Amino acid sequence: MISPTQVKEMIQGALPDAQVQVNDLTGGGDHYEVIVVSREFAGKGLVQQHQLVYAALQQAMATEAIHALSLKTLTP
Amino acid sequence: MTPELQTRLETLTQSHKIVVFMKGNKLMPQCGFSNNVVQILNSLGANYETVDVLEDWDIRQGIKEYSNWPTIPQVYINGQFVGGSDVLIQLYQEGQLAEMIQAAGVS
Repeated sequence: MISPTQVKEMIQGALPDAQVQVNDLTGGGDHYEVIVVSREFAGKGLVQQHQLVYAALQQAMATEAIHALSLKTLTP
Repeated sequence: MTPELQTRLETLTQSHKIVVFMKGNKLMPQCGFSNNVVQILNSLGANYETVDVLEDWDIRQGIKEYSNWPTIPQVYINGQFVGGSDVLIQLYQEGQLAEMIQAAGVS
């Protein structure tokens, strides 16, 4: 389990310019929908964009603190 | 990851033109995200094979390291990692997935 604020901070730690919207889908703190807007995504394919976000959340994903994550990445 | 597992995963990802590492199988997806991928590929009439990661812990963890992608499902076309549920949905909505499947000659 992890709080939406923690998810946001982890992503912004890796992508300082990112605007991050975090929705807890079930209220249980482990099924999240996250929308990330960052200049870092420019020129990158979808997989690479998502990998940047996954890298920021590596710890939470590995321990299944985040069990399910729906991800949308956008450039500004 | 052991060399044996690496080889096993290479073989699996190239065993068919489209391979989906998922929880469950085509007829019985065991997870909403895996089901998304199955529904999308079925709607495009794609010919694909699945690997049920629930049956093999080494594959379930190894495939995440293999593709540097932390979640299941994972879709491979011609041995190349294409994405998980979110990426597939976006490629499908943008019409790119149908093209990729046509190009792989499996529709």
